[in-house]
Amino acid sequence: MNVGLEHYLTVSAMLFCLGLLGVILRRNVLVIYMSLELMLNAANLALVAFSRFNENLTGQMMVFFIITVAAAEVAVGLALIVALYRKRQSAHVEDLTSLKL
Amino acid sequence: MEPTSSIAGTTALLVLLLPLLAAIGITLFWKKDEEFSAQLSIGAIALGFALSLGIFAFTGDKAIEANFNWLSVGDLKVSFGLLLDPLSKLMLLVVTGVGLMIHIYSRGYLQGDRSYSRYFASLSLFTFSMLGIVLANNLFMMFVFWELVGVSSYLLIGFWFEKNSAADAAKKAFLTNRIGDFGFILGIILTWLALGSVNFAELAHALEGKAFPFASLTEPLGKIAGGTQWWIVHPNVLVTLVGLLLFMGAMGKSAQFPLHVWLPDAMEGPTPVSALIHAATMVAAGVFMLCRIFFLLNIPGSHALEFIAWIGGFTALLAAVMALQQNDIKRILAYSTLSQLGYMVMAVGLHSPQSAMFHLTTHAAFKALLFLGAGSVIYACHHEQNIWKMGGLSDAMPRTWWTFRWGTLALCGVWPFAGFFSKDAILAAALEHKNIPLFVLGVFVAGLTTFYMSRLVLVAFCGNARSEEASHAHESAGVMTWPLVVLAVPTLLAGAVGIDAYIGKLFPSEHPLHDGGFLENLFAPFNHNIFAASFGLLAVVAGYQLARALYLNADRDRLPEKIGVLAKLARDRFYFDELYEWFISVTQETLARVADWVDRWIIAGLLVRGTHGTTELFGRALRLVQTGSLQTYAFLFAAGVVLVLAWQLLLQSPAH
Repeated sequence: MNVGLEHYLTVSAMLFCLGLLGVILRRNVLVIYMSLELMLNAANLALVAFSRFNENLTGQMMVFFIITVAAAEVAVGLALIVALYRKRQSAHVEDLTSLKL
Repeated sequence: MEPTSSIAGTTALLVLLLPLLAAIGITLFWKKDEEFSAQLSIGAIALGFALSLGIFAFTGDKAIEANFNWLSVGDLKVSFGLLLDPLSKLMLLVVTGVGLMIHIYSRGYLQGDRSYSRYFASLSLFTFSMLGIVLANNLFMMFVFWELVGVSSYLLIGFWFEKNSAADAAKKAFLTNRIGDFGFILGIILTWLALGSVNFAELAHALEGKAFPFASLTEPLGKIAGGTQWWIVHPNVLVTLVGLLLFMGAMGKSAQFPLHVWLPDAMEGPTPVSALIHAATMVAAGVFMLCRIFFLLNIPGSHALEFIAWIGGFTALLAAVMALQQNDIKRILAYSTLSQLGYMVMAVGLHSPQSAMFHLTTHAAFKALLFLGAGSVIYACHHEQNIWKMGGLSDAMPRTWWTFRWGTLALCGVWPFAGFFSKDAILAAALEHKNIPLFVLGVFVAGLTTFYMSRLVLVAFCGNARSEEASHAHESAGVMTWPLVVLAVPTLLAGAVGIDAYIGKLFPSEHPLHDGGFLENLFAPFNHNIFAASFGLLAVVAGYQLARALYLNADRDRLPEKIGVLAKLARDRFYFDELYEWFISVTQETLARVADWVDRWIIAGLLVRGTHGTTELFGRALRLVQTGSLQTYAFLFAAGVVLVLAWQLLLQSPAH
């Protein structure tokens, strides 16, 4: 079977949707965070696939940037989650509603 | 500010300004010194009277004008100008002469009043304003002083403002006059628009040889009326309209029907004020104004004069009937003033301004005398004004009694008292003008006048005293009785000194009146028009006989039994006050209800609460979206993206 661009894109879309569902439905902040990473990587996959099939390196260059920024983001995000957990003794989103009136 | 150098003009200016200076001086500096403020006020008017006599004696019949530039707005140039012609010179004498007597009298009448100084300041202010009307040489200046007179009248009617009735009467007089003045200023504006001037001499000049002097107003007025021309189809309509608008001013000031309601109430003021303002001078200002602008009313094609004549006649009749059943001595005199003013206005309407001015002059003398006499009676009876609680005063107050009797004889029109000549002139004018209905009306009113005045005299002065106060009454002090004696002189003599001939020079007519000397004048009415004179005297005799039969030694009013419901109507003043009150309350109520509804529902409801309500509704709806849950936001965010994508890809794609 010949693997084409549409297969890659389908996998990428499924990964993205799984990530989105995770972000929307899960209640644990850490899991939500991991789902976010999943969405980022779905995007990465799509970009690499485009790059490969268009014979253009711009997409791959973009992916490197995303991976770098995501690493920094993970560091900051995890630090925030740890700080939040220390303050509230909970990593559950339903306890984190202080933005609500 | 270059005054034309004329001694007469400067003197007239002095006469005008003296009372103003007195009023200012009293108000600012000498309010505490009562005696001095009275003297200052009396001194100002006495000097004014002396100077007026000088002007009268040393200037000829030719009109003298002294102009001082005052203001110019665009095309409208208003000069502060004084005009001295027979009309204003005569009025000058009337105002300062009668005014002087009343100023002196007031010193006695208001003795011990708390606001003695304020009274004299107001009186001087009034004198100043009245002289301003008399001397004004243009309509605009006349209007300014016209309003000033209104203000001082307001101040003086409401002099005892702690009494509610006095304060109300002052307001009523002021507001009723406003209605008339509104028409007056409209008339002035229209005159100025059409003729380009407000100066009397220039106006008269502008009118000469113009067939339709107000025709130039047709177009602008048509524009105001929204292009419809139906109401100004003919230039005559405009001429009449302007005349009637100007007449509205006189209607208010001279208390003509239907604006007559304020004058009887104005009797709430001190009696000398009633004498000066509401009998002798201010209310005559309307008649004076009509004579002054007679050339504007008498334009060929104008029907204003006919209307004026009928309004005057109707007022004379109405007021005389109302006077029949009044019991307050001052109110009887007030209605009689109304009635006599009606005569004067009728005379103007009958193309006879000279007889109007004649009657105005004699009336000023004898009505001031009557009011001051009434004041003396009221003072003696400890402020009792009901004639049925008087009686028998003729013995107690001899000097008041004979002067009052003279005033009554003059008012009724008994030969050789002044009133006979002037009233006869008006009746003769009606005959000359072939206006038989108004002649009959005039004679009938003369009879009524005699009837109610005889009733007043018979009830108040004759018979027995009907109350404690009346039986202890005694003659007033000299400061009050001497003015009566002085005023009694013109009351007797003013009829035959040729006032009508003097004024007649201003109003050229087919039969110029001539002054044939005192003795000839004395019998002139009988030679001139025996009809008018004899009918007038007949009415007097009939009126007196009726009153004598009903009221000699009577202790109660038997008239209501004879004339039934008419008596009640007359006593209640034909319910004009109630009618106006009803009308005003109905219109005001409707207006207030509409305003209230608009305010409550449109402004407060729809605009204010509507805006705030809509904003709040949106706010509340949007608040629900703010759950605070990150995941909801994320979901909405994703849903939004999906929607946009779906819209972009599925609906917008050109393939489908």
